[in-house]
Amino acid sequence: MTASRPAEARPAFQIEFIDPVEGLAEVRVEGALTFADGGALWDRLRSKLPMAAKAGVRFDLSGLESIDGGAMALLVQAKWDLETSGTYCEFTGSTGAVAKLLALYDGDARAAPRTPRLHVGVLGHVGDSTLAAVRGTQVFLAFVGSMVLASGGVLRRPRTGNWRGLVPLVTRTGADAVPIVGLILFLIGFVMGFQSAVQLKEFGASIYVADLVALSMTRELGPLMTAIIVCGRSGAAFAAELGAMRVSEEIDALRTMGIGPLRFLVFPRVLALFLVLPVLTLLGDFVGILGGLLVGVVSLQLTITGYLNETLRALDLWDISQGLLKASVFGLAIGLISCSQGLAATGGAEGVGRRTTSSVVISLFALIVIDAAFTLGFYELGL
Amino acid sequence: MNAPLITVKDLTMGWGDLILLEDVSFEIQRGEIFAILGASGCGKSTLLRYLTGLDEPMAGSIRIEGVGAPTLEVGRPAFGVMFQSGALFGSMTVGENLALPLNEWARLPPAAVSAIVRAKLRLVGLQDSEHQQPSELSGGMKKRAAIARAMTLEPDLIFLDEPSSGLDPVSAVELDELILTLNADLGLTVVLVTHELPSIFKIATRCVLLDRPTRSILAWGDPRLLRDESDLSEVHHFFNRTSPEHTGPGRERKDV
Repeated sequence: MTASRPAEARPAFQIEFIDPVEGLAEVRVEGALTFADGGALWDRLRSKLPMAAKAGVRFDLSGLESIDGGAMALLVQAKWDLETSGTYCEFTGSTGAVAKLLALYDGDARAAPRTPRLHVGVLGHVGDSTLAAVRGTQVFLAFVGSMVLASGGVLRRPRTGNWRGLVPLVTRTGADAVPIVGLILFLIGFVMGFQSAVQLKEFGASIYVADLVALSMTRELGPLMTAIIVCGRSGAAFAAELGAMRVSEEIDALRTMGIGPLRFLVFPRVLALFLVLPVLTLLGDFVGILGGLLVGVVSLQLTITGYLNETLRALDLWDISQGLLKASVFGLAIGLISCSQGLAATGGAEGVGRRTTSSVVISLFALIVIDAAFTLGFYELGL
Repeated sequence: MNAPLITVKDLTMGWGDLILLEDVSFEIQRGEIFAILGASGCGKSTLLRYLTGLDEPMAGSIRIEGVGAPTLEVGRPAFGVMFQSGALFGSMTVGENLALPLNEWARLPPAAVSAIVRAKLRLVGLQDSEHQQPSELSGGMKKRAAIARAMTLEPDLIFLDEPSSGLDPVSAVELDELILTLNADLGLTVVLVTHELPSIFKIATRCVLLDRPTRSILAWGDPRLLRDESDLSEVHHFFNRTSPEHTGPGRERKDV
């Protein structure tokens, strides 16, 4: 239940502007003034005071029964604004609690100089963003370099690796992602089968739905869609987790125990994604083909055996393995980007949120670029 | 006098264009409880980060006897650190938090690690919390668990960042007593950053008072002597909890 605000309640204060006497205009404030009346008070001061500004202003507070801090802050600011524009200004007649509050809010002091906010123009913003992007790239490359050294160290002396941490990470990033990867890739195979069936039926080439679904799932959509799902699930989780550890000093604590965060935290995460993504992709390829099969059997009246035979005829081992190769590289990219973003978090919860968002955005961008590079590379190599 | 355990020489502290303190030099003797004091924002925690090797100073040097410049890159750490929030790993139990450095640096069978962990927890009065998650502990318990974790590798030197801040008076006193016990019974050298005056007077053998306006050390020595005998008004204000601007419970209104 919420308390309703009385509609159009009359403010419990009065404000009266009296024309200049002996060179000073007088502003008489009476009644009880609270910050809830601040809007009305501010509007009236703003509209009437500039006219009195030439003469100088005396605020007579003798009729003020009570005032709260917010309203006092507005009165003091009005006085300071007048003083800044060169007008003499003073408070008089305050007593008791009003006088105490006036002193507390520096009503008897001169206007405090305000540090002007530095104005940055459009070009400035473009320059800042460019510098930030360059710096970000430098930091990321340094991170990858350190990561290569840390991984080399672990491979040389396997005992120093955090192998115990690897199994739960593989479970979290792999096994736990099976339902969502399965469902989404099945639906993608189904939708693709359906869309292509409509066209291919026209030419009496319905059986080629199997070829289309199988090739596009294994070569392109299987690895890419699985990577996008893993990026949203595990990449974001890694960035948030490491970011929270960073801002709560856990990363520093780890370092003071002589345990390198790259070796202990990042290496198992990147390795987990490197291992898990090809497996999830293989699963995605399989259920995607099943989605196409459902369309073939239900909508095109193909037999299960006929559809599967056509699929096997269309696919060769390279189609599947190039998808898995891509998936491994996607795994490395997601792991490195999300961990580097997480470790760069600063400034508390807001910083963690910002880095988590960046990790997903940068990873998605990187996935598309890597995918395009692979496609172009395989095409040029005639694979 | 013996060679100091930690020698800080001509240290310049800050980052970017901001300089917090310049030419800071002091020494910490073995077996001391040494307090780093100063107002908020004067660079106490930054100094602690330099002393523990988490950051590098802008200029000047820090030497720890037998270690050289503090670094976190090579080998088993020579000192333990307790962070202000405790910084226990939230994904592990309290026991696993303590076992982590042991598993990293000592080739011990799991039963031996477990025995050491339980002993360290008993030392700080947390014997019943081995299987709890850090999120289930109170603020004081977290800090004690963090002290226990900092002590698992048997260091001679331990750094504590605001050990009693945010604790109720009873927990704060208990923590002070724990620090005194560790110092007296184990010969541990303790370097701590703190704001708590009762705690400083009770446990610190010596202190250094940092000052932001002058970017330097304002005073150093026995905190009780500084409180009673210092001629400097800033030192007097700090140790007697008075403010140069506040002369009474409320500010007197200045005459207009």
